[in-house]
Amino acid sequence: MTIGNGGMPKEVLLVEDNPGDIRLTREAFRETNASIHLHVAYDGVDALAFLTQQPPHVDAPRPGIILLDLNLPKIDGRELLAQIKQNAGLKSIPTVILTTSDAEEDIVKSYQLHANCYLTKPGKLEAFESLVKGINDFWLTAATLPPADPPQHGISA
Amino acid sequence: MKTIGQSGTPIEVLLVEDSPGDVRLTREAFREANNAIHLHVAADGVEAMAFLTHTGDHVRAPRPDLILLDLNLPKMDGREVLAHIKDDITLKTIPTVILTTSDAELDIVKSYQLHANCYLTKPVQLDAFESLVKSINDFWLIKVKLPQKAPCV
Repeated sequence: MTIGNGGMPKEVLLVEDNPGDIRLTREAFRETNASIHLHVAYDGVDALAFLTQQPPHVDAPRPGIILLDLNLPKIDGRELLAQIKQNAGLKSIPTVILTTSDAEEDIVKSYQLHANCYLTKPGKLEAFESLVKGINDFWLTAATLPPADPPQHGISA
Repeated sequence: MKTIGQSGTPIEVLLVEDSPGDVRLTREAFREANNAIHLHVAADGVEAMAFLTHTGDHVRAPRPDLILLDLNLPKMDGREVLAHIKDDITLKTIPTVILTTSDAELDIVKSYQLHANCYLTKPVQLDAFESLVKSINDFWLIKVKLPQKAPCV
């Protein structure tokens, strides 16, 4: 239960600008599944560079899933989501919204932009850890993810 | 265990599946996991679209909170149903989970490209299948924020 499809490490891209949330997410994943490689992009521009293997991310692996905050500097999470889901090479990567917003408008808009699912960050630490465990148990264990190297890989935005 | 939906109302799940055996197993597994679920079944793609668009025998069909969609279906294929759902401004926000025996890479990639919310492979072993249904319930019907009922209908 702690290794990925085919025994490969699971590459997860977290797009998050809050250092506290990054640390908590990293610790919760470490506790849940030691085979996860958690990569962090601090804003939308950095995330897009990672996904399209532009400097400084020329050797970036293709993530198995993306965890995306909505409120980000430079390129907003909604705009980044739209770009991912309109890009033939990137759209098949499951993109999970992970945000403090529980506004109905954000929820509906994210699903309209083809977010794969929408999760609200709970305020309590224990609930947050349980949510990260839920992400691991469902997306990184139960779900079948697209292959790491589909033919479309490398198409830029 | 939580047994009611986010707003305390029953959770409507549409299962699009033509195999009576799989329908029965899914129904039993959901009943065990969460008794607040109303499981509706469409046996082919045409019936699924009728359910979702409230036509024919389904004028009173509720809007599902979640769709579980098999790929290989009579009349209208699951891939086509998926494409219709995700092209429709009112239906596209309903999370649509592919639940199929196929583990062909082409089916997996194509489904995600058509904006399936996620892809699950049906295990053959009964206890693994029950555990998968439980994980659908625990994640999609408890942890995930679903859009509220009928945002645009």
